[in-house]
Amino acid sequence: MSGPDVRHVVEPLLDVRGLIAELDTPAGIARAVDGLDFEVRAGETMALLGESGCGKSMTAGALMRLLPDVGYIAGGSVKLAGRELTTLTEAQMRESRGSDMAMIFQEPATSLNPVLTVLQQIGEVLATHRGLRGAPARARALELLNAVGIPDAARRLDEYPFQFSGGMKQRAMIAMALAGEPRLLIADEPTTALDVTIQAQVLDLLARLQRERGMAVLLITHDLGVVARMAHQIGVMYAGQLIEQAPRAAFFTRPAHPYSKLLFDALPDAARHGRGELATIPGSVPPLTTAFTGCRLADRCPQAWSRCRDEAPAWHEAGEAQRVRCHLYDPAETARAAPTATAPSTVVADGRIEAGQARLLSVRDLKVHFPIRRGVLQRVVGHVRAVDGVSLDIRPGRTLALVGESGCGKTTVGKAILRLIEPTGGTVSLDGQDVGSLSRSALRSLRARMQMVFQDPYGSLNPRMRVGEIIGEGMGALQQGGDGMAVARLLEQVGLRADMADRYPHEFSGGQRQRIAIARSLAVQPALIVCDEPTSALDVSVQAQILNLLGRLQRDMGLAYLFITHNIAVVEHLAHDVAVMYLGRIVEIGSVDQVLGAPRHPYTKALLSAVPRADLDAATLPQKLTGDLPSPADPPSGCHFHPRCPRAQARCRTDVPVLEGHDGRQAVACWFAD
Amino acid sequence: MFRPVFLWSDILLWAMVAGCIALAVYCRRQDYLRRAWRRVGESGVAMASATILAAFVSVGLLDSLHYQPRLPAQEGSSEVQYAPEVLSALDALVADLRLNKEKTYSAPLATHAFAKETMERDGVQTRDYPRLKWGGAHLEEVAGRDSDLARRAASGAFYGLLLWAVVVGVAVGWMALARGAPYGATCRTVWRPDTATTRPIAWRAVFVTLAVLCVIGGVTAAWAAGYHVFGTDKVGQDVLYLSLKSVRTALLIGTLTTLVTLPLAVALGLIAGFRGGWWDDAIQYLYTVLNSIPGVLLIAAMVLMMQVIIDTHPEWFETAAERADARLLALCFILGLTSWTGLCRLLRAETLKLRELDYVQAARAFGVGDARIMARHILPNLMHIVLIALVMDFSGLVLSEAVLSYIGIGVDSSMNSFGTMINAARLELSREPVVWWSLAAAFVLMLALVLAANLFADAVRDAFDPRFQWRARRILKKVAA
Repeated sequence: MSGPDVRHVVEPLLDVRGLIAELDTPAGIARAVDGLDFEVRAGETMALLGESGCGKSMTAGALMRLLPDVGYIAGGSVKLAGRELTTLTEAQMRESRGSDMAMIFQEPATSLNPVLTVLQQIGEVLATHRGLRGAPARARALELLNAVGIPDAARRLDEYPFQFSGGMKQRAMIAMALAGEPRLLIADEPTTALDVTIQAQVLDLLARLQRERGMAVLLITHDLGVVARMAHQIGVMYAGQLIEQAPRAAFFTRPAHPYSKLLFDALPDAARHGRGELATIPGSVPPLTTAFTGCRLADRCPQAWSRCRDEAPAWHEAGEAQRVRCHLYDPAETARAAPTATAPSTVVADGRIEAGQARLLSVRDLKVHFPIRRGVLQRVVGHVRAVDGVSLDIRPGRTLALVGESGCGKTTVGKAILRLIEPTGGTVSLDGQDVGSLSRSALRSLRARMQMVFQDPYGSLNPRMRVGEIIGEGMGALQQGGDGMAVARLLEQVGLRADMADRYPHEFSGGQRQRIAIARSLAVQPALIVCDEPTSALDVSVQAQILNLLGRLQRDMGLAYLFITHNIAVVEHLAHDVAVMYLGRIVEIGSVDQVLGAPRHPYTKALLSAVPRADLDAATLPQKLTGDLPSPADPPSGCHFHPRCPRAQARCRTDVPVLEGHDGRQAVACWFAD
Repeated sequence: MFRPVFLWSDILLWAMVAGCIALAVYCRRQDYLRRAWRRVGESGVAMASATILAAFVSVGLLDSLHYQPRLPAQEGSSEVQYAPEVLSALDALVADLRLNKEKTYSAPLATHAFAKETMERDGVQTRDYPRLKWGGAHLEEVAGRDSDLARRAASGAFYGLLLWAVVVGVAVGWMALARGAPYGATCRTVWRPDTATTRPIAWRAVFVTLAVLCVIGGVTAAWAAGYHVFGTDKVGQDVLYLSLKSVRTALLIGTLTTLVTLPLAVALGLIAGFRGGWWDDAIQYLYTVLNSIPGVLLIAAMVLMMQVIIDTHPEWFETAAERADARLLALCFILGLTSWTGLCRLLRAETLKLRELDYVQAARAFGVGDARIMARHILPNLMHIVLIALVMDFSGLVLSEAVLSYIGIGVDSSMNSFGTMINAARLELSREPVVWWSLAAAFVLMLALVLAANLFADAVRDAFDPRFQWRARRILKKVAA
């Protein structure tokens, strides 16, 4: 998609002026949206960009007048095609929702009703807003499903949401949103829950539909890559306010606001290719119950001075069509604005410990099959081959990244290595000891050598235990002491204060919780930590902090990581070696430079090209994957990838390719590798 | 003067009171529990119903201090003798009600009996309604009854309000002391709290409810000094007295039963959910089978067996009260055995969910043992469900006692309970004119108890709901609009 920077002279379709939305929370009134001004023209995509808790979703809710029970619009105006929405009655508003404006949500799994067929759900919208029933409705629904690219749409119409994959559900959701032929589509993190290859498909679909129908799109996202790919106009939100507004080209060439610059710097990026420290934004978003006097970023901004704390900044021009709410761009402060290029991320000496040849962890032909039981007698009728013959090695002080889409079995590999799931076959040996054959007590002593950090920092800490107890638990269980001193030292090691040991997890932000989880796993002084997507639930700036912490701990303590992720940018930043998994098997394994720089397997290539990049020339898409990940209960014969592979030939359908590499190149499991 | 008697149910009830106090201390220390209970305190409905429940509980506790009064020493004997009947502190407080019996039925606040009798007046035999022995006996003129009632009501209400003013005055004074605020300011914040910025404990609801209770109590007490407020039953016992005595039975059934259900439900639910496999199958079959047996049949069989045991071993029990008490405990035990399945099912489902959570996985990665994971990681996260189930089950158990006593397999017939009152009312309702007051008294008190318990349970459930959200304050919404 080219970035059309056409200046529309037409009236804006959506015109938001001074919108204020508040939440009545136990802590007081939180002003989640504070004086928002923006407009969206027909055929244009406006992206609202911001970290969690900055009020993006509340903005969407306020526009649709679908706020939570405790929320209400406290002021401002919302005009859609000249019609004021805030003063409409609820009945008028209901009419407007779906026909004038429609919304698609983040989680496709929960935004469709599981007991209604797709036709019934689309039909409901068609009946309400278009007055279509019966055969005409069916015909229209079929058109819509075809438009969103659902194959075999005629049959799919009568299926239930559970028969759809995640990407298909999101397409069906988009079809529902389009059924009322809205002029404005609000997309609230539409692809966050999807895998990169599916995300690429859905983003393309949205862009195509917008072009065809001339819709205005309000895209709400935290992902700079998605913004780069989709947006015409960009608004950066922080603590309930817009702080920068710019057209796409201007924003990606010279972000003006210090916060925007920090967001770019915090992004792990191949272009800088450093294994150095990422720029981080210190602190966290202030609670919205605060009565702000100065600039809301003042406490976290590297360029803040006294004026920032005392006086709220007004809008200033920062180039063509670019506005920014920052004192630096006040014409009176030109002297300050000039020299401050953001500090480049400090490059630390490459943390690669020249690895000894001794393998810390050695996994050979690991298999985890889950039985599928049916019937009264619970007979085993088949197996889900979650992990189907995985071999890998990790040496001390090195990081192996395990990359793949959801459902490919990468988390199962991690848990099977720790024997949290009993492997069905294969061997796992740590320091030459076979983990699989150990007795319970011998296993317990080996547990101190390897630990795990989980994906969701909210689910991995027991909400009923104090932080000190959480960290001390492992030490206690493995008879390593666990006194207050050790806990305090660990807390300081991960960048928290020692006195936080007496608090409960709910008092901490996501990033702090993840630090606590890391401290917990460090407590028993492991040699290997399995990190299961430790940053995927975190904001970019917090992700940078955690990645820096992990990097520092590796350099200081010589830890080895098995880093399970789907985020390629993180891999580039942190990993030494990469293994790419597809449907329970590793399809390519080698060093980062080899695999990411010169991928040999067609799946690796497709995966890499699907990742949205946060820069302007990201638009080229040489390879696109069609279809979804097949079910591991019934994997395709031969090479698992052949149904989606552009190079597949007869041989791929019958013979399983072997993972092998020659001449120092990375190993790859493909009959027709480059 | 008297000899204290410790019935088993008294001991258990007071032990539960001690347990509740210990639990309250524990809750104050645990941050999440304190916050949840505070949310209960912020709800006006919850605090009002808690006040009513507290009134019931204090009646029940007063009725759980038993003793045998000493008989007057016989001539020439130094041996100390105690009466065979066991009384309670409540009996002593309302001795008037207990002792002043009529011959048979009389309507509430009546001065004359309910049935005509042949009596001799001025040497002539007539059939008329006789004056009651006690109800309204102080009246010279029967016509003066209404004005007498009004006078008594006014003075009763006055004394009730006086009592209320003293209690509230002391309570507010205590609050002022605790907060270090002046007395007048504390009064103002209690009466009209600053809801715009804070969510205070709903003391106003407590005090208003207390005022209503004090006025009702005062009026009732004033009337009860000269009349039978709820009338009398077939053998002339005061129905108000019977109703007050029934409160203890209802409370006992509602609380002691949980002593049986709780260990069963928690232990089996945890094991079934956490261990899974063979354990899970066995426990599931157990409660599915138990659920398929009609509960009433099981209870009837076991209560009747218990009755036979009690009857064949009279030497085990010194007094009739102890016999009745044994049967009550047996009933609690049996009710408990049949009612743990619902909670067990809930806990099993929640455990199934919790054991897959990352923090349980993390604990397993440290090699923490199963028992310890259950105790440290799973049980505390189930406690809110246990608590909600307990409070919700209470009213169901009170009602089931009434039903069981009605069909004759409930508490001992010598023990007062709402069920036995309703059972007696079965015949009274078929009389013409109808004797309605026993049923009405049982109905009103049971309604008050169960409704208060249900409203309180609702508030507890809301407060412990992790997805709890405040309703937006309406005033603010209006201002915003």
